[in-house]
Parts: sequence; C-alpha cells; structure tokens
Amino acid sequence: MTTQTNRMQHGAYNHAYLDEQTKRMIRRAILKAVAIPGYQVPFGSREMPVPYGWGTGGIQVTASIIGQDDVYKCIDQGADDTTNAVSIRRFFARVADVATTERTAEATIIQTRHRIPEAPLKEGQIMVYQVPQPEPLRGLEPRETETRAMHAYEEYGLQYLSLYESVAAFGRIAGGAGYPVLVDERYLMSPSPIPKFDNPKLHQSEALHLFGAGREKRIYAVPPHTDVRSLDFEDYPFDVQSWDEVCALCGCPDSYKDEVILDDEGTRMFVCSDSSHCSDRRDAGHAGPMAGHELDQGSADAANLEDAE
Amino acid sequence: MSTQNQPVGFNEAMSNGDPVIVVEQLAKTFLLHNLNGSVVPVFTGVNLAVHPGECVVLSGASGVGKSTMLRAIYGNYIPSSGSVQVRHDDGLVDITHAPPHLVLDVRRRSMGYVSQFLRVIPRIPTLDLVMEPLLENGVDPAEARERAEAMLADLNLPRTLWSLPPATFSGGEQQRVNIARVMVRDYPVLLLDEPTASLDAANRQTVIKLMNRARAAGTAMIGIFHDEAVRDGVATRLFDVTQFKMAA
Amino acid sequence: MERADVQHQDDAALLAVRGLNKRFGNVVACHDINFELRRGEILGIVGESGSGKTTLLRCMAGQIDPDAGQVVFNSRRHGVKDIFALSEQDRRRISREEWGYVHQNPRDGLRMRVSGGANVAEPLMMNGQRHYGQMRELTLEWFEKVELDIARIDNKPRTFSGGMQQRLQIARNLIHSPSLVFMDEPTGGLDVSVQARLLDLMRLLVRDMGLAAIIVTHDIAVARLLADRLMVMKSGEVVEHGLTDQVLDDPQHGYTQLLVSSVLQI
Repeated sequence: MTTQTNRMQHGAYNHAYLDEQTKRMIRRAILKAVAIPGYQVPFGSREMPVPYGWGTGGIQVTASIIGQDDVYKCIDQGADDTTNAVSIRRFFARVADVATTERTAEATIIQTRHRIPEAPLKEGQIMVYQVPQPEPLRGLEPRETETRAMHAYEEYGLQYLSLYESVAAFGRIAGGAGYPVLVDERYLMSPSPIPKFDNPKLHQSEALHLFGAGREKRIYAVPPHTDVRSLDFEDYPFDVQSWDEVCALCGCPDSYKDEVILDDEGTRMFVCSDSSHCSDRRDAGHAGPMAGHELDQGSADAANLEDAE
Repeated sequence: MSTQNQPVGFNEAMSNGDPVIVVEQLAKTFLLHNLNGSVVPVFTGVNLAVHPGECVVLSGASGVGKSTMLRAIYGNYIPSSGSVQVRHDDGLVDITHAPPHLVLDVRRRSMGYVSQFLRVIPRIPTLDLVMEPLLENGVDPAEARERAEAMLADLNLPRTLWSLPPATFSGGEQQRVNIARVMVRDYPVLLLDEPTASLDAANRQTVIKLMNRARAAGTAMIGIFHDEAVRDGVATRLFDVTQFKMAA
Repeated sequence: MERADVQHQDDAALLAVRGLNKRFGNVVACHDINFELRRGEILGIVGESGSGKTTLLRCMAGQIDPDAGQVVFNSRRHGVKDIFALSEQDRRRISREEWGYVHQNPRDGLRMRVSGGANVAEPLMMNGQRHYGQMRELTLEWFEKVELDIARIDNKPRTFSGGMQQRLQIARNLIHSPSLVFMDEPTGGLDVSVQARLLDLMRLLVRDMGLAAIIVTHDIAVARLLADRLMVMKSGEVVEHGLTDQVLDDPQHGYTQLLVSSVLQI
C-alpha cells in the first residue's frame, strides 16, 4: 500500500478524505491489530459523511491504507452493483483518485460487509470489512469490562451458549452470519456479518483481512496464513450452508446463493450472491437453467451507468 | 425396676461397662441483656454418669430446671461452667468445648434428642422426615424406607398420614413423628424431653415398649417424664434436679 | 495489606477467613472477621440490613477486594491459597470451577436472554465441556433434580415464575459440582409456600453433594432449617458465632437475644 501526503483532490478534501494525522493513528491501530491477530484494537473513530452503521469503520480503514496505485473493489451482499457498493466505490474513486474494478482478481483492496468473494484471494490483496458489532460476546454479556476480561483470560465458554441455543432450537448449529471464530487459537473474533459459508475462506488465507467497526471504535485483523477455526461442538461439528439448486444464471453448483422472488406467485430463482464471480462464469460460457433472464443484464447495466458519469 | 433417688455414680453396680455420659460440675445461668442485664440462675454443681442400659429420669417440680439441664447435656444450651462428656466412637467428647462439627457429628451418630415439639421444614411428607436421619448416616434409601415404615407402624401412626406433612396432625400424632425420627436410628445415647406428654394411654405404652427395647439393646437414656406410669415403666433410677437449684 | 501466600493450613478447613476488614468511606462494613468453614458444612450469616453480611459474602467470593485480611481457600487446582494472593485469572477460574453464587434476585444470577436449559448448562461450557449431547443430558437431570418441568427447558427464564427462576439459578450453580456455594438471601423474594419447598431442596442437594455453603439471610427461620452454624453480624462485626441451635435457643449477646426474641411466632 502506498500513501500520498497532502495531495488534494478536487481542491476540497485531503487524499482519501481523512487528514494525515487520523490516517496515521488508524494505521498504528492496524499494525497493532495485525501483530495480535483477532484482538480488538480501540481507535479514535471519526465522523464520516455517512451515518454510523453504514460502513464508517470499513471506509476509515480503506481511507488509511489506500494509495493511488491501488485498485479498489467494493461489494455489498456480494454484489458490486448495489446502492451502497456503488456509492462507496464512487466515493473513493473521487477522494483517492484510484482505479476501481468489479473483478476480484484485479483488486488490491476489496471492501465488503457481507461476503468474501468466491474467487480465491491472493497474496497482496487486502479485504476490508465493515463491522457493525465487533464483540462476539456482546449479545450474551452486556458489560464491556467483563468481555474484556474474558478476552484477556481466554474465557470463551460463554460463546458456546449461542451454539447451544441454536442446537436446542433447530437441532443443528444454525447461525448464518457473524459466526464466531477463534483466531490463531487465541482470540475469539466475530468475522463481521459474513455468512458462515465464508468462514473457511479466512483460514490460512493468502490475503490480509482488516475489520473496522466505526461506531464501536475497534479495528482487528487476520494476517495472511493465520489459523481461523469456527467454533462447534464435538457432536455437532461446524458445517457450511449448501444449496440443492445451481445458480440459475451461470449454473455454478458450489457458490453462495441469494434467493430472488420473481413474482407474486412465489416463483423464485437462486443466483450467485457474488455478482463478479457469476458474470465471470457467464463470460466464460457457463449457463444456468434460467440463463438469458432479464436479471442477467442487471450487472452490466449498473456498470454502464457508473461509467457514464 | 429401681426408682430410688440416689447421688451420682451410686448405681454403677447395676449397669455394665464404662459410662457413656459423664456430667461434671455442670452449671447454667441465663443473662438477659435486654431485661436490664437480669441474671437467671438455674442449677449448679451437677455431676451425673450414665451407663449403657440405664434410663435416668430427671425429677423435680416444674420450673426446677429439668429441661434446661437436658438441653445443656445435648449442647443446645451453653453451660456457664462444667463439662458434658459423651461417648463417641471409642472416646469421650466434651460437647461443651468440642468444635461445632464434632458436636454435630456426635448428634448425628451418637446422641439422639426427642424434643417436646416437632420442628421440621414445612411441606415435607412424614415418611421422608423419618427416613432423613438414616439417609444422613448413609443408609441405603430402600432400607431407610423400610425401617422408617416399620417405625411408623410400631408407633401406630395411620398409614394414610405417612405421605402427608405433619403440620396438620394432632399433637399426639406430631409427637409420634418426632419420636419416630429419633428412634428409627439406634443411638447409643438418647435424651428425651416429655416424649409422651400428648399421647393417649395405648400409645404411651408403645413408646415405653420402644424405649425399653432400646435400653435392653444397651442405649443409655436421660429423660423427663411427668407421667408417673411412664416414669415407672422406663426409669432405672431417678435424678432429682432440685438439689442443684440455685437461688435467684 | 497482607496478601502473602499461606502454605501451612489445616487441611480440614475448606475456607478460612482471617482478619478481614472492609470499609466504604467512613462506614465499616466488615471489621476483623475470622472463621473457618469445613467441607459439607453450612454456615448461616444473619443480621439486619446494613450489618455487612452481603459485603462479607462478596469479599469471600472475590467480588470485592477487602481492605485487609485473607480469604484462604483449599482449591482443587491451586491448593491452599489466599484468593487475593492469586492472579485475577486464577481467582476467576476458582470461582468458575469450584464455587457457585446464588443471588437473591434470580435476574442477577441468570442470563435472561438465553433459555433456561442454556442457563443451567453454561457452567459446563465455561469449564470446557464441548459435547452438546452430554451437556443436554446433564441439564435434563438437573431440571428434574430441582423439579422443573423438562418440557420447558428451552423456554426463556422470564417465562418462569419467581420460584422456578430461583430453582433454575440453583441448578445452574450446582451442576458443575462446586465445593462451595455462596447464597445471598436465596429465599428472599419468594412466597412462603415456595420458600419451604426450596429450603428442602437446597438442604437435600447440599447433603447429597457434600458441599459447603455460606448462606446470608435475615430470616431466622431459614437459618435454623438450613445452617449448621450461625454467625450473627451487627454493624460490621460478628457478635456471636456458634451452632445454630445454640445461637438461637441460648443467645449470649444482647443483640442476638433481641433478634431472636423479635421473631414472629405463628
């Protein structure tokens, strides 16, 4: 990651919106987070031009690490063409003057809230997560002093309560998103609201994963080649979601699917949640059972709109 | 059966072995802080030794301090001076100076006490109450139940009452539950405070029979019985408390 | 403040409190408290509100730092140690593995957002149990032991009555086989009818498990039925200490005499 000093964009904002002191402060927090995988480092979260809860943590992390030669990708619910993703991507294109992309393989920084792309991440890539609630124990233990002590003393039995509740209620560990993991066999971590489908992608990943929680003022990280283990019971081992259906558009059998309701009669289709992955496959000639459906063109249209600006 | 009133140790010839209760120079005075520190002396200088198979009946007029003496021997009241030694396992334990856990152990295994009133946790069925001292001593639950049922049957407590808590029982029924709770175990030492006071003649006879059976098996007893028939039925000797009465 | 390790303790004592002092500003909450507790013993602490009972209990449970004195515990893991000479981590571990703490208000001792069953199973998970089936089985056993309807195992505690919540709390504090349980007014907020049942239950569990308990209560009747020994506290001091029946039937101190003679009879 290269950085620019005092390079003004459009005459109004510092490079990447934040002032240099703030970016330095955040980079120090990031360094500490990388040094202690999974540990939540407090930082002085700034007011951003979007409300808390809309990804301010991820935006601040990106702003602190992005340089002019970075290629930036932003996804929301796995898709590059949703409102938030488009807006945040345009934000950085403007204030950091960087190239943007929708292709996972081309990106150096990928900002996300809900997904890790289907394409394997490579060395040198950085995932930036927008985290609403960094504390995995918070739902069970409201006292910050107590959860800090639990992390300090590695007392993570409490986290199993949520798994117990899930098995008791559903007969299996249901929990779809934000499924708790143990990082480097030391710190319990909430991997942002990614589906547990994506948890295995964190384990021994080649990429650097940075998590920013703006409202809660915490940054944490999973460095490359780090063990990440999803919690489970001996008799209810961790497993990921799977679908009987293939992607209706590209025919992909093993990707994470979104269910799309098509009409009032309940007609529905399952499509890849990762829009970039899906279009790459279609470009390569794969076709699903509903290939050619009007939704097939959605991604291209959005990209065209953005290009037209 | 001997009913003569004699000083301590006089009667050793008729009992076997070493004494299981040895009371020496026992005295009790109450100090009532909230009544301007008034001092209520009860008795002083009591010496008494009781051997296995003996039943010593405390005698004297009402208010002379019989119950107080019995409670002091049980360790319920703290004597002002003197000692009470009770046979426990192979030795004598001075329960006026023993640590609390040892006193409780003596009470659990060696010395039973039938009080005048039944005092138990509410809403517990009678049979469970009677089984409890056995369970506390590690008796198998099935055997405990058998023995408790036999004891309640011996005391003529109607079977329909066994599954009910004793709170609503008549005085006599409650008293029999109280006796059963103690007599169900074979304590080497038994203290009895008016166990037959509210019983009818037939049940009094049953209790006398139970006591004599225990005595024949070697139990040493100290009791208070106002009813002369009962007293004559169980006592091996009388012990007049009046002689130790302190002037107020 | 003396915080030295204590090596040579009487093996018989499970817990020994020595010279414990605690003040809040000018208020003396505990003054020079000394006593020992053995395995299987139930100690009652009685006294009026503000006499320092609960402060003493919380000091012994390591929840408050005393100003002076030691709380020496015979730990399975650490041996005989002053708990305040241990690290916070070790103290928390003792608390988790070897103690229970029953609050007066079950809402303080339960997690109201997770099910009753999860509340009971939590200490197992806290102590490293990772097999759901085994935990579930033990939880069901404990539901039966404390006479809770097993059909309600997955219901949230707020749907339980006060007495049921308190039984839930008791199961949660005994399921991991502690050697010592602290109880702060365990029957305080309950109907008299529920109290009796709970008292009997606690007595049976304590007897069957051979554990030691320290019970703070202002209810003399509760103390009589549960405790082997009683400590009477007044203004932060222990004014009388002895066998329960001795203290209640032949109280020596003026305050205890007043306390005992003030109990309503029915």
